[in-house]
Amino acid sequence: MKLNKFVVILGVVVVAGLAFIMTSQKPTEKEADVSADKQVKVGFVYLTTPGDHGWTYAHEVGRQNVIKHFGDKVVTSYVENVPEGPDAARVIRDMAKQGNDIIFTTSFGYMDPTLKVAQEFPDIKFEHITGYKRAPNMATGNIRFYEGRYVQGVVAGMMTKSNKIGYIASFPIPEVIQGINAFGLGLRSVNKDAEVSVIWVNSWYDPVKEADAAKVHIAEGADILAQHTDSPAMLQTAEKAGVYGFGQSSDMKAFAPKAQLFSSVNNWGIYYIDKIQALIDGSWTTGEGPDHWAGNRWVGMADDYLVLTPFENMPDTVAKAASKAAADIKSGANKIFTGPIRDNNGVEKVPAGKTLNDGELFTTLDYYVEGIVGKIPG
Amino acid sequence: MISMTPRKDISMQRTVLTPVFSVLLTLCVGAGIFAVLGYDPSAALYQFFVAPLSRPDQVADLFVKACPLIIIATGLAFCYRANVWNIGAEGQIVMGAVCAGGVALFFPAIPDLLMMPAMIIAAMAGGMALAFIPGILKTRFNTNEILVSLMLTYVAALFIDWLVRGPWRDPESFGFPLTKSYGDAALIQRVELPGIGTIGQLHWGVVAALLLAVAAYFVMSKTVFGFQVKVMGDAPRAGRFSGFNPARTTLGVLCLSGACAGVAGMVEVSANMGQLQPEVSFGYGFTAIIVAFLARLNPLGVIMAGLVVALAELGGDRAQMALGMPKVVTGLFTGILLFLLLAGETFNRYHVQINWPRFDQLKSGQLKSGQLKSDEEG
Amino acid sequence: MDALILTVILTSIPLILAATGELIAERSGVLNLGVEGMMLMGAVAAFAITSLSGNPYLGVMAAAAAGAMTAAIFAVFTLGLATNQVATGLALTIFGTGLSGLVGAPFVGGTVDGLQAVSIPVLSDLPVLGRLLFQLDLLAYGAFVMLALVAWFLNKSRAGLILRAVGNNHDSAHALGYSVLRVRCAAVIFGGLMAGLAGAYLPLVLTPHWSEGMTAGRGWIALALVVFASWMPSRILIGALLFGGITIIQLVGQARGWEMPSQFLSMLPYLATIAVLVLISRDRNFALMRAPAHLGRIFIGTR
Repeated sequence: MKLNKFVVILGVVVVAGLAFIMTSQKPTEKEADVSADKQVKVGFVYLTTPGDHGWTYAHEVGRQNVIKHFGDKVVTSYVENVPEGPDAARVIRDMAKQGNDIIFTTSFGYMDPTLKVAQEFPDIKFEHITGYKRAPNMATGNIRFYEGRYVQGVVAGMMTKSNKIGYIASFPIPEVIQGINAFGLGLRSVNKDAEVSVIWVNSWYDPVKEADAAKVHIAEGADILAQHTDSPAMLQTAEKAGVYGFGQSSDMKAFAPKAQLFSSVNNWGIYYIDKIQALIDGSWTTGEGPDHWAGNRWVGMADDYLVLTPFENMPDTVAKAASKAAADIKSGANKIFTGPIRDNNGVEKVPAGKTLNDGELFTTLDYYVEGIVGKIPG
Repeated sequence: MISMTPRKDISMQRTVLTPVFSVLLTLCVGAGIFAVLGYDPSAALYQFFVAPLSRPDQVADLFVKACPLIIIATGLAFCYRANVWNIGAEGQIVMGAVCAGGVALFFPAIPDLLMMPAMIIAAMAGGMALAFIPGILKTRFNTNEILVSLMLTYVAALFIDWLVRGPWRDPESFGFPLTKSYGDAALIQRVELPGIGTIGQLHWGVVAALLLAVAAYFVMSKTVFGFQVKVMGDAPRAGRFSGFNPARTTLGVLCLSGACAGVAGMVEVSANMGQLQPEVSFGYGFTAIIVAFLARLNPLGVIMAGLVVALAELGGDRAQMALGMPKVVTGLFTGILLFLLLAGETFNRYHVQINWPRFDQLKSGQLKSGQLKSDEEG
Repeated sequence: MDALILTVILTSIPLILAATGELIAERSGVLNLGVEGMMLMGAVAAFAITSLSGNPYLGVMAAAAAGAMTAAIFAVFTLGLATNQVATGLALTIFGTGLSGLVGAPFVGGTVDGLQAVSIPVLSDLPVLGRLLFQLDLLAYGAFVMLALVAWFLNKSRAGLILRAVGNNHDSAHALGYSVLRVRCAAVIFGGLMAGLAGAYLPLVLTPHWSEGMTAGRGWIALALVVFASWMPSRILIGALLFGGITIIQLVGQARGWEMPSQFLSMLPYLATIAVLVLISRDRNFALMRAPAHLGRIFIGTR
């Protein structure tokens, strides 16, 4: 058979098939049911996939809690793997056009795209997680992740034998710097000799690189590892090498039952439920006031937005100290960033008695505190 | 069993039809894969190729998405036509964006009218500089341009990361990796039609991209440079005998494609973001390779091809929202498309005949290799 | 210190596996730029099958099969239909990245019990060397064995001679009665099989996870390694260790607080690749002498 004829026949079949597909699919099915019901439509924009067991997974758990709490009063949907750029604006705009009443954008990089779309859709509420720009219909929310890291520092300081702690960090943004410094303050509150060295992997989720960094830390003598990246790769490496570590964003015990000391779990569900309820009640606000930073819903362990998993794989004395540190943070007795705070060159940065306020936590932490080796990149 | 004889005449009709067939076949193969993986193929194809076109502003989005692809693929068409394999456009986009950003951020005193030309020149220079490296290494040291241009992509990505997190970071950004916002003169405005207003996000960069592709068509078909490029690709020896300098042509096409990619990076930032961030390109440099091939390395075809591939990209988002299909599927589509395009090229250039072995021959064991050979020669 | 060296060795294993396979393909005259895509297919197959069956060795076999099958697609197009090898290789990488992401989507976030180390009796008790070289996993031993076998095959065996003949001049090899396409097809599929194994090493040994695009450019570095090795198997070993070392040293530099932006340290492996490529190809005669003369050329003949 001549191949050309074959191609022609194939082509005809293909065209006919496609024509059938295009006409048989009714465009009303997927999109038309936008309004006409009283359900609240909630959209989520995710940075990675819910399967990451870290950041996005924690948001997905929050979404599940929303569904559990409201039942069929809400309809939720999400888009995963949305890159932080112009595509984000398009995806958020699409969600707005599909009739969502409130849209949560769950990564810092969505800040400007969210703002842009929020201005185009004044009747829809937008909630941006971890940013600082707001609009009349765009609020911001965040968790005080650093509170958990202070407790990690306390545990690390008491557990370490080599006095070397390895820390794997993603990107030098305020949230991560706050975490490293809180870890250092907790560490030095119990152990004046221990030191933290930081490896930046320039990624939130790169299991191979995170594992490599963990191996290097261990080879360099670290016996406690901490991370501000999202995969469980570090903990698994720790488990294999017989050292300890802390989980990130969600409970990672299943990955490292012998190595995980505890995890700080981000409990977004409370926040989502609260804001959706406010929307239903008509009491939704952006919290905007004279103090810009106070308008940001930024809460932590005291309100169960940040939850610590049980203290395990450590002696009772350490667990008790950790519980006390956590209790002091919850009660407000320990505000963590209270002077005297010195940087790692010994220069006093915060005088005794002064506590950094929310704005200062974002704007003035351009140094490592005592106990952290090296210099903040950039 | 298959014999191929070069065609003496390459018909226009066939040249146009093969890519169309390739696209249709890709849809079939794609539908098959969806079915195997448990998605409803007709629903998936609908989401991919029809749903993104259901509103006028979405059609505008399609052009916006195709804009960088068209600009980059136009440059790549020259490169590949000359048999020079620049696959590092992704990095050249970044360098173009960085250089244009440098002008916008650090020379705000430039008069408004001159700002855009200055940025375009800077963007061209940036992209060109990065493409020049594999060019000069190839012509001077015979180094493989594929690997060098690709490696530089990683370097460029890390470079902008460093700039935006370090020296170029906006001090007002609270440590987040963003530069200051560009001034108004450095932004590309949306197209505003009299009586209609703006359509979606359609901006002047799209218009420029279309004009560029048309201009490139004339350069390719009517100028000596275009002729040199084609001769170098089709008959390098003939070119050398007729006095063309292959080294100069190699450098020329690399610089041209680098400049195009650089401009695409600048347009992307000025039209959509208005400030630099760690990521300015989201795989456009790689996607444009497919666009160039789909267009059969013809700049006019690039426009159509850019729109088709952009449609698949937008469709990827839709399929994800509607069917929960992971976003990488788009890559699968484009990969298959590229395979089939290349195969189509073979059918275009060669007369391919499949001589199915006859059943009776097989049965009686008459089919011997010698016989096959004589079949083909005959 | 030896813990660091061990990390370097482990990092270089996938590079050795992939480069060994690609070397054979290139010596037969086929330039397959799809190594990255084949590695990803191998990685996802290894992870998926291991997590479904619980047996990492089944995972290894699945990875080899997946790599070989992906390479077979390449063979069909470049050998069967005489398509451009460079463009088809790119297509293979794009395709492999997409398909592996699609197949792997349900497995993101999961974990597996990967390959366990197997100590070689007696040798593993050697001081230092025992720990570095004789307490590895089977796939790592396999990488070294394959490298040695390939060296022997190319230089000492008759089949290797034919392979080289096909790569150096397909017209004369054809005239001598060898089936150019059959030899090349086998070489390409062998290359895919090895790339699949290289991919398997990531989720089964380096980190027990699957993530989209987890090879992160290792396939391209393996391609550069073949050039670096000037198409000689023994040099692949040196090159792979060198690249593994550079990858790890930038992490060590950070841990020790070297005052250099981490981005610049992260650039090192890529810049080193370029530098090495220039050094190797600078001497035109040397490069031309070593490179298979018909690398990347299309053969139109009996098929």
